Amino acid sequence: MSQNLKNAAIAALLTAVLVTPIIGLQLQRQNFELTLIPHWDKVVLASAAVFLIQLLHPYLFRNGRTAIRLPAWPQLQPRQQRIGMLVLLAIGFAWPFFGSRGAVDLATLALIYVVLGLGLNIVVGFAGLLDLGYVGFYAIGGYTYALLYNYFGFGFWESLPVAAAMAALAGFLLGFPVLRLRGDYLAIVTLGFGEIIRLMLNNMTELTGGPDGISGIPKPTVFGIEMTRRASTEGGTTFHELLGLSYQSQHMVIYMYLLALILAVFTWFVSNRLIRMPIGRAWEALREDEIACRSLGLNPTAVKLSAFTLGATFAGLAGSFFAARQGLVNPESFTFIESALILAVVVLGGMGSQLGVVLAAILITVLPEIARGLAEYRMLIFGLVMVLMMIWRPQGLLPATRPQVELPT
Amino acid sequence: MADFLPQFTQQLINGLSLGAIYALIAIGYTMVYGIIGMINFAHGEIYMIGAYVSLVTLTALGAQSGVPLPIVLGAALLVSVVVTAGYGFAVERFAYRPLRGGPRLVPLISAIGMSILLQNYVALGQGARDVSVPQLIAGGIDIQMGEGYSVVLPYSRLAIICVTVVLMVALTLFIQYSRMGRACRACAQDMGMSNLLGIDTNRVISFTFMLGAILAAVGGMLIGLSVGRLSPFIGFIAGLKAFTAAVLGGIGSIPGAMLGGIVLGLAETFAAGYMPSQYKDVVAFSLLVLVLLFWPTGLLGKSRLEKV
Repeated sequence: MSQNLKNAAIAALLTAVLVTPIIGLQLQRQNFELTLIPHWDKVVLASAAVFLIQLLHPYLFRNGRTAIRLPAWPQLQPRQQRIGMLVLLAIGFAWPFFGSRGAVDLATLALIYVVLGLGLNIVVGFAGLLDLGYVGFYAIGGYTYALLYNYFGFGFWESLPVAAAMAALAGFLLGFPVLRLRGDYLAIVTLGFGEIIRLMLNNMTELTGGPDGISGIPKPTVFGIEMTRRASTEGGTTFHELLGLSYQSQHMVIYMYLLALILAVFTWFVSNRLIRMPIGRAWEALREDEIACRSLGLNPTAVKLSAFTLGATFAGLAGSFFAARQGLVNPESFTFIESALILAVVVLGGMGSQLGVVLAAILITVLPEIARGLAEYRMLIFGLVMVLMMIWRPQGLLPATRPQVELPT
Repeated sequence: MADFLPQFTQQLINGLSLGAIYALIAIGYTMVYGIIGMINFAHGEIYMIGAYVSLVTLTALGAQSGVPLPIVLGAALLVSVVVTAGYGFAVERFAYRPLRGGPRLVPLISAIGMSILLQNYVALGQGARDVSVPQLIAGGIDIQMGEGYSVVLPYSRLAIICVTVVLMVALTLFIQYSRMGRACRACAQDMGMSNLLGIDTNRVISFTFMLGAILAAVGGMLIGLSVGRLSPFIGFIAGLKAFTAAVLGGIGSIPGAMLGGIVLGLAETFAAGYMPSQYKDVVAFSLLVLVLLFWPTGLLGKSRLEKV
């Protein structure tokens, strides 16, 4: 106990020293001169908190580091997972007809993250390749639609396959040389590529509009029928005229939501099928042991490349949908933080677990909205949760079940 | 052609001082990677914290008051080094030690989380906007290059180069001859065996993080004084570039990090001098990608065979 008390006192003292110059003394500019405004109350508060946590530490973590009980789902069998997925789907389809306009819009955003999470899950979860530049492909998808509309007048539906193809091509071209690298190096090179793509979009002002981006991107049509108040072309019909409804902007929101839902279901379905195909098995095998795979005759580059390209394709789809939803794209939307956010979705959900990724994507978009009052602490808490999750539950909220046999050693 | 030499000299000094800063940060990356094989993503943030702590200390001491300048600078350096080393220690203790021995992806993601956490922590404490740093080391050496051209070598940039050279020599001697330095090298070679031979590996790892933080803090203080501006977000790009420098020189190798930093600093400065300057970050990242593709072990790194 006295040892414990001593540890806690040392930790509190260290906290006080560390926190003082950052939080305790705030820099303030007054009459062209920097002055310091002391906030001793915050320093005392932080030290006291650390003291308490450190004091209670041995009781919280009685046997080792995983003793804390997080509210976690029990291990679900594949059958239960499927039921969970169906329940989610039913809620998803019912949502726009009961939720408010804001709730539906938020759900659309959550579904974009579901698509991105499931796409990155193919790369990180299935194939075990850490991609920190995923947002680059998302940006390519978004900008493809924006540029095609801006220069050639393409609509959403014509652009969607092109955006997916462009992102896939980018994934293929980038993946081809970099996939020979080992884990950490791969992470850094992909990060570098993501940054290069963003910087290029930012700097090629004549083509991409630079930091301002491209705005005025139209929303998708319903089989060629516009969903606006008035038709943009002479003599065209709009959606509400065709159905004899009065015009409501709510319809567009619901339509976007349903499209996002279809896109998410499509992504989930494709990745769910892929993982059961020989190529999916090859991804998982390669993740577990590359050398063994090579000696069994798998071509590691081809297998990794397929995962990388497919992951990029889904990012491209999500990107062009994002451009349509926002109506504008600019490089600000595609920073590294966005990559980290998508990676956090995959890791928090449990790498390789599709239901987990879906839940994590919903959590990560909805929680900040609920915690609006804490807006300025949002990213701080986000970082803290990422660290604590890794300490307490590195396998994610809903870990993927993997059949495995341990060899006696 | 007459203005070639002055411009070249100016760029050389700028490049060398920038490279020296990269080298100071890169050593933290390379030492941690050499010992526990993880990329300490939060290291750039440690550098940013070092810069802020030194600025707060300078302000607290009243840089404009009557106290002699060298004493004020020395005190700020000391406080910054001590507090930042504390941050290095605390980060390792809180975010990385509980994860040791797990899958490789886990500490990397924890490090990304730590980086976001520290960035926003400083943004909350000191405000997210730029703060300007008083120009304490003003002036410079004016060199006449003939034909009316002259080159100004600012003292602040020369200070960066001198301090970095001194620190590099000290670090090399320390790693080579001291007891702790020997323990570090032993751990980098074989962690398990060092542990068996009675080296307290946890202490060595903590020490490595603190040493990296100390060098980063010095770099942070020097860059603050030289550039005259700080924001909580300077750490991310600087950290990324310093990591590039570490990879360029061969990760795990301390002389490699020094060399890589200088090469990257020069490449970036000269690219910015002869190309549109907004492309200088693109140059740095392209260099990273190219080096990793064609020279994965870096300039001075050893290639490691994967054993089954």
